[in-house]
Amino acid sequence: MTQYDIVVIGGGPAGLAAAVEAREQGAKSILVIERDRELGGILQQCIHNGFGLRVFNEELTGPEYAERFIDELEAMAIEYLLDTMVLEITQDRQIIISNSEKGIQIINAKSIVLAMGCRERTRGALAIPGYRPAGVFNAGTAQRYINVEGYMVGKRVVILGSGDIGLIMARRMTLEGAQVLAVAEIMPFSGGLTRNIVQCLDDYNIPLMLSHTITAIKGKDRVEGVVIQKVDQKMQPIPGTEIEYKCDTILLSVGLIPENELSRKAGIAIDPVTNGPVVNSNMETTIPGIFACGNVVHVHDLVDFVTEESRHAGNAAAKYVMDESRSNHKGTVIRTKAEEGVGYIVPQQIDMDSIDGKVALFMRVRNVYHNASLSVKLGGVEIKRVKHRHLAPGEMVRVDIDKQLIKETQAEMTVSVVLEEGRV
Amino acid sequence: MTKEMVCIVCPMGCRLTVTSADDTGTLNVIGNQCKRGEAYAIEEMTNPTRMLPTTMIIRGSLLKRLPVRTEKPIPKELIFEAMKKIDDVVVEAPIKRGDVVISNLLGTGVNVIASRSMKHI
Repeated sequence: MTQYDIVVIGGGPAGLAAAVEAREQGAKSILVIERDRELGGILQQCIHNGFGLRVFNEELTGPEYAERFIDELEAMAIEYLLDTMVLEITQDRQIIISNSEKGIQIINAKSIVLAMGCRERTRGALAIPGYRPAGVFNAGTAQRYINVEGYMVGKRVVILGSGDIGLIMARRMTLEGAQVLAVAEIMPFSGGLTRNIVQCLDDYNIPLMLSHTITAIKGKDRVEGVVIQKVDQKMQPIPGTEIEYKCDTILLSVGLIPENELSRKAGIAIDPVTNGPVVNSNMETTIPGIFACGNVVHVHDLVDFVTEESRHAGNAAAKYVMDESRSNHKGTVIRTKAEEGVGYIVPQQIDMDSIDGKVALFMRVRNVYHNASLSVKLGGVEIKRVKHRHLAPGEMVRVDIDKQLIKETQAEMTVSVVLEEGRV
Repeated sequence: MTKEMVCIVCPMGCRLTVTSADDTGTLNVIGNQCKRGEAYAIEEMTNPTRMLPTTMIIRGSLLKRLPVRTEKPIPKELIFEAMKKIDDVVVEAPIKRGDVVISNLLGTGVNVIASRSMKHI
């Protein structure tokens, strides 16, 4: 049986940053386990620029961002396994893995960092009626086919969902010679960055149809067309607004789901809103010694935030390995709770013993707000208020709270959106 | 002439209207809430540029496509011509991140560089 101080599950941006940071903090034996044929995760297919403005202070492509961390990992001689699937992790931190070279193996870890990332919601989750013809792709899958494998997926395309992946793919398909007819978005606003709407859609005159969705897919063997319909305020299709497009391809960019089968099976508590593990301010899950970071915890919009969060988790894992008494579930724990206008908060628990100086709360608001404030309360008493000129669900917000503002109490810490005129 | 655009300098997303005076060609920007918005609108009207990230064919490596990008932004109107040019070039592994794969793309003075390393296999 093999033994490591820290085993990191997932070799994407979260896993790479956690491993590198853990080594910098003095952890000796570290193993990163990756199921794909190379490290870097989804960054390898995100060939567009815009990554790294916070972490490196320059604008990089996904592969460039990944390679910087891979180079660091190699320079630190951190071990990693490729083409290897983790089948199960247990509460006592045993990891069962499988690959075609050595079959099934068991690894023991003093600490585990979960960095499995997320996967795309599929057509099945939306229940779009119609046959199941070829030509319906998740946007991220199409991105891998085009950018990594070198296969073009279609010629006339309609995209459902205006998250960043959908917008990026609208431009990418256009540059590679396809005609993108429209991007339909069921919400009255786009979940993508404004910059992407301008540079991926407006630049190429691709229409963004807000409050519209796909209500039928035509074709039996290959997609032949799609029906798009306007929806009302309850998101129900409005009869008579049907528009039919002739197309051979449909890309779906309709949300991401943290990939937590392993976490659930291990008995780690999952937050029903984020679909990720409940974590404390150390990124430690409800099982001592098992940490989590990146998109497996909550879906981020910037890889830079994933890196920061994962360094934090790697740091905590390294400290845990050196002193197991540092685990959570011991000192005072304050729970965080999202109130009016706020969708969720990570971390869900603040472990007072483990925070030095300040604690960072990450959250998403539920709607688009202009000139609003985020109000942080402890036991009903406001301890911080932060003004924002613009808040949107597509842009994660970070609020730092000084430790001295947090009195040790059993009370909850809440965050709500307050408009200038009063309550939401 | 009047043009509508959305400012992308910050997340506010101000809706800008740019009007050019018929006789002098002077640009007038309204809708911006800061000075950077005005500068963005004028740049977009007079000299719009974009970074171009794409892929090209690579031989002798594990993967068939090499991600590449322009080293600096290039004029927006050259994007499709640049795509064509990049499509015509084939590189051989090994490649190091930052290697110049096309120099002076379409006479712009901007190089196309490899966005990642790829080993020879």
